Parts: sequence; structure tokens; C-alpha cells
Amino acid sequence: MNLTLKIWRQKDAASKGGIQTYPLGGVEPDMSFLEMLDVLNQELIDKGEEPVVFDHDCREGICGTCSLQINGEPHGPDRGITTCQLHMRMFKDGDTITIEPFRAKAFPVIKDLVVDRSSFERIQQAGGYISVNTSGNTQDANSIPVAKDNADAAFYAATCIGCGACVAACKNASAMLFTSAKVSQMALLPQGEVEADRRVLAMVEQMDKEGFGNCTNTGACEIECPKGISLENIARMNREYLRASVK
Amino acid sequence: MGVLDSKVPQGPLAEKWVNHKNKINLVNPANKRNIDIILVGTGLAGGSAAATLAELGYNVKTFCYQDSPRRAHSIAAQGGINAAKNYQGDGDSDYRLFYDTVKGGDYRSRESNVYRLAEVSGNIIDQCVAQGVPFAREYGGLLDNRSFGGVLVSRTFYAKGQTGQQLLLGCYSAMNRQINRGKIQSYTRHEMLDVVLVDGKARGIIARDLVTGEIERHSAHAVVIASGGYGNVFFLSTNAMGSNVTAAWKVHKKGAFFANPCFTQIHPTCIPVSGEHQSKLTLMSESLRNDGRIWVPKKLEDAKAIREGKLKPTQLAEEDRDYYLERRYPAFGNLVPRDVASRAAKERCDAGFGVNKTGEAVYLDFSAAFIRYGKEAVSTQKIENASEEQIRELGKAVVEAKYGNLFQMYEKIVDENPYETPMKIYPAVHYTMGGLWVDYNLQTTVPGLYAAGEANFSDHGANRLGASALMQGLADGYFVLPYTMGDYLANDIRTGKIPTDSPEFDAAEKNIRGQLERFLNTKGTKSVDYFHKRLGKIMWDKVGMSRNATGLKEAISEIKALREEFWKEVRVPGTIDSMNPELEKAGRVADFLELGELFAKDALHREESCGGHFREEYQTEEGEALRDDENFMYVAAWEYTGEPADAILHKEDLVYENIEVKTRSYK
Amino acid sequence: MAKSALLKSSLAKKYWMAFTGLFLCLFLVGHLAGNLQLLVSGVGARDQFNEYALFMTTNPAVRVLSIVTFASILFHVIDGIIITINNRKARPQGYVSFKPSTNSKWSSRNMGVLGTVILAFIVIHLINFWGEMKFGGLDDTVYETANGETVKDLYTLTIMTFQDSEMGLIWAIIYLIAMIAIGFHLYHGFGSGFQSLGINHPKYNTFVRRVGVAFSIVVPLLFAIIPFYIYFVLEKI
Repeated sequence: MNLTLKIWRQKDAASKGGIQTYPLGGVEPDMSFLEMLDVLNQELIDKGEEPVVFDHDCREGICGTCSLQINGEPHGPDRGITTCQLHMRMFKDGDTITIEPFRAKAFPVIKDLVVDRSSFERIQQAGGYISVNTSGNTQDANSIPVAKDNADAAFYAATCIGCGACVAACKNASAMLFTSAKVSQMALLPQGEVEADRRVLAMVEQMDKEGFGNCTNTGACEIECPKGISLENIARMNREYLRASVK
Repeated sequence: MGVLDSKVPQGPLAEKWVNHKNKINLVNPANKRNIDIILVGTGLAGGSAAATLAELGYNVKTFCYQDSPRRAHSIAAQGGINAAKNYQGDGDSDYRLFYDTVKGGDYRSRESNVYRLAEVSGNIIDQCVAQGVPFAREYGGLLDNRSFGGVLVSRTFYAKGQTGQQLLLGCYSAMNRQINRGKIQSYTRHEMLDVVLVDGKARGIIARDLVTGEIERHSAHAVVIASGGYGNVFFLSTNAMGSNVTAAWKVHKKGAFFANPCFTQIHPTCIPVSGEHQSKLTLMSESLRNDGRIWVPKKLEDAKAIREGKLKPTQLAEEDRDYYLERRYPAFGNLVPRDVASRAAKERCDAGFGVNKTGEAVYLDFSAAFIRYGKEAVSTQKIENASEEQIRELGKAVVEAKYGNLFQMYEKIVDENPYETPMKIYPAVHYTMGGLWVDYNLQTTVPGLYAAGEANFSDHGANRLGASALMQGLADGYFVLPYTMGDYLANDIRTGKIPTDSPEFDAAEKNIRGQLERFLNTKGTKSVDYFHKRLGKIMWDKVGMSRNATGLKEAISEIKALREEFWKEVRVPGTIDSMNPELEKAGRVADFLELGELFAKDALHREESCGGHFREEYQTEEGEALRDDENFMYVAAWEYTGEPADAILHKEDLVYENIEVKTRSYK
Repeated sequence: MAKSALLKSSLAKKYWMAFTGLFLCLFLVGHLAGNLQLLVSGVGARDQFNEYALFMTTNPAVRVLSIVTFASILFHVIDGIIITINNRKARPQGYVSFKPSTNSKWSSRNMGVLGTVILAFIVIHLINFWGEMKFGGLDDTVYETANGETVKDLYTLTIMTFQDSEMGLIWAIIYLIAMIAIGFHLYHGFGSGFQSLGINHPKYNTFVRRVGVAFSIVVPLLFAIIPFYIYFVLEKI
């Protein structure tokens, strides 16, 4: 199939970027979206132009590196997947596809479609851990039973791959879904409960510092999240934070 | 032993590690503050080592090319992590895990290392649970297990289909704690391009900031390479696009020996290649073989009809299906080790029984599991007179709960519903058992230079068992390096900060800058990917699942020619001082083009079949691998001398005192 | 940290928004209950409504409540403006192509706009009645209480407003538009308030959502009926 690609090009963080249009032929429905971009880049290199820079790595939907706002939606029109799992069969011959970087003050553009998501790193560094030493002198793994429901809920929160689609989808560029998933995972387990208060206060403080917007409960993040992280996590964080701050 | 001293401690196998830990040197806490350590790679091995070393008090710098340590490719491991906990009470023990691993590795791994791995495996699970890793649990609140290929017990701990991500997040959170304390400086989007030796010791690295393009010098008292495996030498593999051999290869060129490069694991259950445009292959977890049955049609005409789309697999009667693994290996059935399963699939496809357009796919069928689980559900839910359809649906729900995300992933990629029609799978390059040669302390042949995880060669011999990679990565990082590095660093407490303005750093930086500029100035006609794909094709066709002397010799000369062409014809756009993924790739492919040749050379020299290394000349009448213990029971460690072709072979003889060396049989 | 967190953090802003919002929902119920008395016809209607109005303006508890209501509105507005400004800042460079309609409801994304319409309405509403009651003087409509005091006749004022030959229908339509805005505002705001306060449980979410939907339809509808009833149905005075 033949496509028209409108892609955001930006030389570096300091430059002003803009949309450029590229026609692309020979796209097959079995290709992944990123393989389609590979084809475009190969053409650009052959023509002596600079290829489009985009983030990607595992190409199986788990590392969370790939991003892209595709036709106005993070990770494109399909649901429950990342861009690398998006296949061209979701598009039609003759389509125009607009490809932009994730946009947020806290995700500045580095180049073309690549953004700097280190704000997510700093949120986790602020308290997204359980303060146990890694020496191995811990108690036996089965010494504290964990209710299956809690373990499962913690797991579902922990499936977050930190891609940033929640921020990209949110009209407020809020990072609540991401932060709450990290808070929830640990708050739900007895091992993490011990320092739950300290953790939630520190992580939210950092989240605010990074310049993310406020949550207004539109629910866009949950819909666009490739791992289907639930809004329940945001509510849980709201509870956790309220409890921690009145203490 | 020649130049290779494995430094295996004396004493009985089960006491070696404890005795060793008791005897080695320690660094006192105040002195640890004056010692710097560099870790390259932040997957399970690098990340866990970074967290633990920082916690002990060392100053740690970590480097990863990804934008976050959490994105290292350990994250993609699906099925699980082994540990000899014996929670299931099915007769597991440290010895049994050790035994299974050595046998699974086809008697090409070092006994003492493997035993240590088994010994600390239980502790890994304790550690991870304490960190908040949400492993699967039973209703009683205790940890659940599943079984994996090549073993007769259930010792695999898992978190649905994303155990790797959960373990890595645990490890990453431990890192974050140390980053928050200021004990780890995390350099993301940085790629190590060379190691710097001062007086023969590893004293730092040259790294490139992938955002600004700046070439940086970082010094340390010791350097750990935990940069993963080199499966991407095949271009198509289950590795991440960025996974590369550069860090390991650069240290090899500086004196670290490279061991058993030809030992590569071809994973049996991957989604088959769909076309020319393919950029990577996707793994379907081995855990699927717990419940899925692998088959091809019994008759060639059926296979042909299926390939042409005239026949659907579901229309084929039970007696017309060849469950070839169950047929050939009744004891282990669908759960034979990976190398065996992969070769069996290739054998059937080569014989014309493949089931997709390219003829390179076999079925992984869950319909029997639907019925089995369905009946179980009917019984526990006390449903009377359940219809066949109802049983199937109940069974599907159970399977969905177990593997739902994998099934969904499959459907997204292939556009077929695996609940309705069997999955199509084919082997793909997945893991490299070979890697930097290390001694018992995980130190390479360069003092102060360590290698951990998939980057070293140590524990898996010629074939790795499922769910053992995560175990090894974490064992190396959490429980081995923090002890053994102290032994070396104890001599460095008076050294003081290593300066980065020494002639050694100058020379290393100059060399790297020269290489990068050469890429950009070659201004050839072909892209980096063009060469990478060609290299991959040579590797897959001639150094892949089965190898022979003729093919290997051809591969060696073809790779050499390709390398020469690369340096003349490669086209790298952009500049050195900006973000430039093509430039990054060029450096990686340049190293793959050298490694590939050594890989083939190693495969050619090893005139036997063992584990993942299958030489067509050396097989039994039934087509099973034929080992030559008399002549090849050694680790082949290669010393770099200028060209891969001129690499010098050093042998570390493998001695098995605690295990009887047998022909591996899963029949 | 804990103390300032409850005042400054992004989450605190949500709590206040939710808390004041849900309180205003309660206020709406009370206000509606009073207003529905306007649907009563006959001789006693005027007295009944005016006695109620008198109670509402003189009872000390109600006084306190009304101050809290005003404060809530004020807080809700200011907090809303701050949040909106923050949110604008969080994405300085917008998308060329942005399709939020695929992942969220219109009302949830336009709470600021809806809120502004509602605020404008509140001002109009206050000028129409509260202002008239406070500063309008006792010229044409007077109601004598049981104690013999004379106060403004709110009943007659209300009826006259909506029965005005020129403006009556226009007022009714303006009120209808405002009620539609309130409806949409509540449609998102009701459930959102619970979520912000952390009240989210799979078992009860459907219930909360249904109550929210019902509330956002029924309350504004009943409010909106009143002016039209007065204009079209009620006997002219």
C-alpha cells in the first residue's frame, strides 16, 4: 500500500521543529509500524538524507522504549499495544499518517520523535523502591503469605512499562497513571506497605516538581495504556496520599 | 592449564563457595568509599551488581544505551526463573538443579560455577520477594511454580508472561534506592566504546553520550561488563534491536578471552518470519510447551495443502498429526530442552512438513489443554452434564488466565486467533551461551575486568535450560560479584582516584574518535542495515541450527569479504556530535562482522555436536547430537591477536568430579 | 512535608476540587427541594414558598451553610482556574493532530468551559434573585410574615421574572442552557469527585457511576422544568 507520512522533524532540543511530508510506497500489511519507518529510513539514507530518529528497542512491546503519537493517539489507533506491536494492517492504502513525538513539558524533545523521559526516572528514584538490602540475608520467600488477589493486583500495577503514553494521551499531560501504578504495586504488598506513606509523599512531590499536569479524571490514560493499567491505581494513590498527608 | 587459571577453590563441591567466601579478602567500609566501579549494562546482572555494590559502599557508575536502566533486554524474558526451593516437594535440591543444568548444557560448563549458581538460587527468590516482585501465588498466599524444558521438577517461579520485567523492575528499584542515596550515578543513553587499561589493569572506559555525541572518559578501579549476549549477529533474533556485542568485543580486543562463541541457543517457540521487511523475531514463552503440543501433518500432501491454504489444521484428524516430540522423546515429550526441540522442528520442516508459506513453521496446539483444563473446571465447579463446547470454553478461560498476554501478543502480530487455530512457531536465535571467559570469580583474563550475566560464558555450557538466564544474571549480580570483586579491590585501597588524563585514556579516546570519523567519512553507497542483514543471512544459513565444515569455511571467507566491503562501502549519514542512531549501529555492526568470523571459526574447530552446536558430520544414526568428550571436553577461549582468523585457542579442560558424564537422553 | 502537601500538591488540589464539588452537589439537592415548591399552585403557594425563603435567610444554621456554599463555589472556581493554568503549562507545545475523542468523554475534557458557563449563570442568577432580595428595596412586592414583619416577596418576584412578557421565555431558555451545562459538569464531576477522593472499588464503581448519571440528568432537569412551568403552565399574576 501507499501512504503519506507527516512526520515531526526537529534537529535537536534547541531547534524549532516542524512537520515534513514523505510519500511512502511498498508498505505491506504484515509490517509493524516501526518496520514501516525502517523502510522509510532506508529510502532516506539511500537518497542521502538523514533518517528519522525514533526510540525503539525490544520491538515486542515490553521494554517501553517506543513512543510516537500516531494520528493523534499514543501508540496509534489499536488498543493494548505499543507502537512496535502496531501493524500496518490497521491502516488503508492511501492513508495519511501524522507522526509526532509525545508532548509534555516534562518530556522535552531530544531529536525528531525522541523525547527525554528521565522525569519518570526521577519519580521512581524519589521513592519507588522497598528499602531492603540486596545482600540476600532476607527471610524465606514464603514466610509472609500474600493474598492472591493482592499479589495479582500488585502484578497488574507492575505491568507498567513506563512508556509515557498516559502522559501523551492526557490533555493535561499528567503522570498520575504512571506514578500511581508504581505506588500501587508496592502499597499492595506487605513488603512495601511498611514505608508506603513516605513513598507516596516523595513520589508525588517529585511528580509535581517535574511539571506534569493535574489529573482531571478524563480516563484517556487508561484507554491508551498499552498494558491497560487501571484508573483504580490513581484512586489508590489518592487514598494513600490522603492518609499519608493527614498523619 | 596454560594461561587459563579458573581459580576454582579446593574442597568438596558443596563447600567450595562457602569456603571461598570465608577466605577471600574484604574491603573495609571506610575504604569502599574510595573505590569506584563501572558497570556496563543495567539488565539483571549489571543492575543487581550495581545495586549491591553501591549498597556495600562502593561508588558505582552504570552505563546503558537505553533511556532507562529498566529497559535492558532482561525485561523481555517471559517464562520464569529457576530456583531449587523445593516448595513443591517434588524432590528438588541444589544438587538436582546443578545436575539438570550441567546435563542440559551437554557437559560443557564448569561444575563449580554451576553448583554455586544452584546454591544461591533460592536466595534470589527471597531477595526478589523482599523487593516487592509480584510473583504468581496460590490461593494460600504462597508462591506458585511451573515447569520448564529439560527438567523433571517444578522449580520455575514466574510472574505471568513477564517474569523478566518484574525481576528487572525489582532490581531497578534497588538501583533507584542507591541512586537516591547518591551511591550510583546512572548514565543512560550512553554507550561504552572501549575499555582503558593502565598497567594491564582495567581502569576505565570510553563512552559516547548518545544524545550530545560527546565522547567521555570515565575511570574506575574495576570494570564490569554486563552487556548481554551477541545473538544479533544473526540480524534476526529475539534480542532487542540495540542488543550488541560491542562492549564485550572491545574488551576482547584489549585482552579478554572470548569463550565458546559458537554456543548459541536457538529457541524453539518463536513467531515465524513473515517477510523480507522483518526486523526482529518475537519469542513465545517456553512455558507454553507446558500445555501446548507441537505437531506437523503426518502426510506430505496434507502439509502441502496447508501451505497452499487449501486445508485448515483444525480439519486434520488426530491420526494424521505427527506429534514428533512426543514420538521421539516420550519421557520429556514437548518439554525437551530447547536445542533438541529446535533441531526437531528444523528436521521436520527440512523434510517438507512445514506449515506456513515459507515452509518454516510447526504447530503449537492448545486444543488438548482446553479439554483437560475444561474437565478440571467442570469438576471443581460441580457442573453436571457439561457439553463438549462448555468444557472447551471453560478450558480456554483457564489457558487465558495462564497465557492470555502471550496469546494476545501472538494475535496482534500474526492476525490469527490462537484460541481457534493452533499457533505457528519456528526456532529463532535467542541466547548466547558463549561469551567472555571468566574464572570462578567472574574475572576475565584482564585483571580488574569482570563479566556477568549473558556476557560471560560461565554457567550454561553448550545449551541453556529455560528460566536459567534470569537466575544466572541475578546470581552473578546479587551474590557473586559483590564478594569476588572485594577480593581484587582489597589491593586497591591505597590507589586513590584513577586520573582520566593519562596517555592510556588519550590513546583510547583517539582511537575511538578515529573509528567514528572513519564511518562518517567513508561515504559509501550502502546502509549499515544492508551489511547487517547480509551478515545475518550468512550466519543463519551456515552457522545456524546445523553446521558443517564446508559451510563454515565458506562463512568465514564470506564474512571476511563482507567486512572489507563494509569498511569501503558503508554510508553513515549525520554527524558525530549529535544523536545519530546510524552511527551507533555502524559501530555495533563493525564488531559483529569480526565476532561473526570468530564464531564460525569456533564452530569449525569444534568437531563434535553438543547442545546448541550441531555439526552435521557428528550425529547418531537417529540424528541426535554426537558429543566427543575425549577431544572436546573443554572450554575454547580465544585470544585476540589482530584478525579474528588469527585468534589463538586456549583450552580450559572441564573436569567432572561430581557428576557422571553421560550421553544426554530425553527419550 | 505532610502538612504543606495537603495544601500545595497536585493531589491536594484534586481533593479540594472533589470535596467542594461533592458538597455543592448536596447543595443542589437542597436548593432543588426548595425550588420544587414553586410547582405548587393555589392559594397557599405564595405563603409556603416565602416562609421557606424566610427560614433559609434567617436560620443561623442555614446562614452558616450558605456561607460555606459560597466559599465552596469560590474555592471550586479558584482551584479550577489554578488547575487549568497548570495543565496548560504542562504541555507548552501542543499536537498537530490530537484525537482525544477516541479515548475520553467530551464533558470530562471541558469541565473548565462548562464551569465558566455555570459561573456566569450563577452571577446572573444571583443578580436576578439574591441581589434583588438584598438591594431591590420593598417597592412593589411585599410579604408580611407571621410576626408581622415585612420582607421582600420572593415568590412573586420569581413568578414575575419568568412570566415577564418580554424576558420571561428568554430567562427560561438561559436557565435551560445553564442546566444543560450543569448536567454535563455533573456527568463527569460526580464520579470524578469520588475517584479523586480515592473512592474506587470494582464492586461499587458501577453503582457510583449510575448514581452519577442519574444525578446529572434528574437534578438539572427538575431545575430546568420550573421556569418553563411558570411561563407556560402557572396561572399568570
